Amino acid sequence: MGETVKLIGAFGSGFAHRAEVALRFKGVPYELILEDLRNKSELLLKHNPVHKLVPVLLHGDRSVCESLVIVEYIDEAFDGPRLLPADPYERAVARFWAHFIDQKFAKPFWMSFWLTDEEARRRILTEAKQNLSLLEAQLEGKPFFGGDSIGLVDIAACALAHWVGVFEEVCGVAVLTDEEYPELCEWAKRYINDETVKQCLPSRGELVAIFSSCKEMFRAIADSQHK
Amino acid sequence: MAEEIKKGLVLLDFWVSPFGQRCRIALAEKGLPYEYSEQELLGTKSELLLRSNPIHKKIPVLIHDGRPVNESLVILNYLEEAFPDAPPLLPADPYARAQARFWAAYSDKVYEVGSRLWKTKGEAQSQARAEMLQVLGNLDGELGEKPFFAGEKFGFVDLALVPFMPWLTPSFERYGGFSVAEVAPRLAAWADRCMERESVAKTLYPGEKVDEFITLLKKKYGIE
Repeated sequence: MGETVKLIGAFGSGFAHRAEVALRFKGVPYELILEDLRNKSELLLKHNPVHKLVPVLLHGDRSVCESLVIVEYIDEAFDGPRLLPADPYERAVARFWAHFIDQKFAKPFWMSFWLTDEEARRRILTEAKQNLSLLEAQLEGKPFFGGDSIGLVDIAACALAHWVGVFEEVCGVAVLTDEEYPELCEWAKRYINDETVKQCLPSRGELVAIFSSCKEMFRAIADSQHK
Repeated sequence: MAEEIKKGLVLLDFWVSPFGQRCRIALAEKGLPYEYSEQELLGTKSELLLRSNPIHKKIPVLIHDGRPVNESLVILNYLEEAFPDAPPLLPADPYARAQARFWAAYSDKVYEVGSRLWKTKGEAQSQARAEMLQVLGNLDGELGEKPFFAGEKFGFVDLALVPFMPWLTPSFERYGGFSVAEVAPRLAAWADRCMERESVAKTLYPGEKVDEFITLLKKKYGIE
């Protein structure tokens, strides 16, 4: 198409990574604009007035918001390897699981790592662990949720592949263990070691540093939301 | 003994479910014949439902040649793709499709936020009211002066959103103390326009019936 592609993201955002990795899989050149989410730019607010969140894809004069909508758009608008399967039923299955991940591993899940109330955390994580088991079963011995190659569901699950490990380390909580989720753990390693993924995945070290430095702040937020 | 695979389309649904209605309207617009199967939701869920949607145990479920598709928006996308010869509800252009998917997903907020209006009181209810006004404002703004969300033709976003209108009026309006006609006048006019379509008029129940249903739910869940 030849039009400029820009991606508004933020360092460390798993949602922004979804959009970025999709562009990379398609071999689409793009300019990455990093936001400071504590001080949102005019550009971001103009192009995502409804949610005011990253990522936002700017393609020529068009803007697309919501990470999974962006991934589907990238799949349809650009040539390159498929991110969604060709078969309509398999596409429906992929969309179901991508949406499942968004619903079940949303804010309450991520904030639970920070809770000082251990009983409250255990309750939230008990439900989360059931959902992780469902995902574990969904892999069914395949290398990726998409089959032999990374697809929509793998991209949707990227935070489970990489960010969970970061939160586990910073908060001293074990969730995605090898014993309970052998397939998911193997999948996670495969995902984060993929050549294309590596190009746009923030390093674990950097993420640990950022989240560690914000520990008190996150703890306070988590506790206050839980009252 | 192996069960014989039932050919064709079966929709597991619940009469007043707006999510089920999205699917019913889409099937009607596409002229696709299907078997409607009313599910018992307030009592014991059927074997078929539990087997078809073991994860969420919710309707709507579309069963096509024995294979279940779950989640209303996933079903809508599936109908577009599995029946390419039927009249399309999504535009062909990838960008227009992305816009449609964004706003169809956003329309879920009407139900989410609206439910908080009748389930909560005090601070939580005020917050829900404030959010609802924002949501309606955003939808009204996105519609603008167009007859339908995608322009001239009734489509994806319209059918994703319209089933929530009988929940808004009178129920959410009364619980939240606002009027759609006042805060989102273009949206109110759009709702009337959608009701002129046979698929919509035949599928949606009047707001009064929905209101009765909400009252029933409140009693059942012991909500004052």
